[in-house]
Amino acid sequence: MKLTWIKFQTLIKLLVAVMAVFTMQVAHSAPNIEIDTPAINALKNSMQARHGQLAPFYGSGAIGLTSNGLIAVRDAKALPLKDRQGINALVASENTDRSKLYQEIAVANGHPEWSSSIQDAFAGRWIDKAQSGWYYQAAGGWTQK
Amino acid sequence: MEKSILVLLLAGVLTACVTINIYFPAAAAQEAADQIIDDVWKIKEGDAKAPSAASEAPTQDK
Repeated sequence: MKLTWIKFQTLIKLLVAVMAVFTMQVAHSAPNIEIDTPAINALKNSMQARHGQLAPFYGSGAIGLTSNGLIAVRDAKALPLKDRQGINALVASENTDRSKLYQEIAVANGHPEWSSSIQDAFAGRWIDKAQSGWYYQAAGGWTQK
Repeated sequence: MEKSILVLLLAGVLTACVTINIYFPAAAAQEAADQIIDDVWKIKEGDAKAPSAASEAPTQDK
């Protein structure tokens, strides 16, 4: 009886040690989301280059930020005729990159299933960081910042 | 009796591990989003669109 009690105590100590190790791992790994991978950097560069073309369209209200972390054509009439053809392709390319970016971040962190949570996190931040005058989708429709 | 306590403890530890894996670090994700958006939109560089190469290397006349 006494022997089993000692064994039991040893086991408890072992469990506590195991839990402590897990806690340390969590404390160490939780605050970081890995975003420095070749795939993510490539997408970032591609989006950065495209932003030069998109920026005037955000400003004119021709395109806006959607509530799900993508962009959309809001008012094609705000565009000069020459740009109306290209805008759809530009928006489609941007959205492809953004979707890939969310997926790549999830994969880079070992959790492909996080992709939609990451997309949600981005959705709010894109809108928060948008310049005033740009349009974003809110509950009541397009809203100007 | 002791066995059942042990089983419960082990179950507790295992549950904790599973919970850790499911947990989504929302705050860290927002920080990551901020970093990427700042890069893509080139925010935090004085807002001005000054070409960095020109501003860093002023012309030197000799």
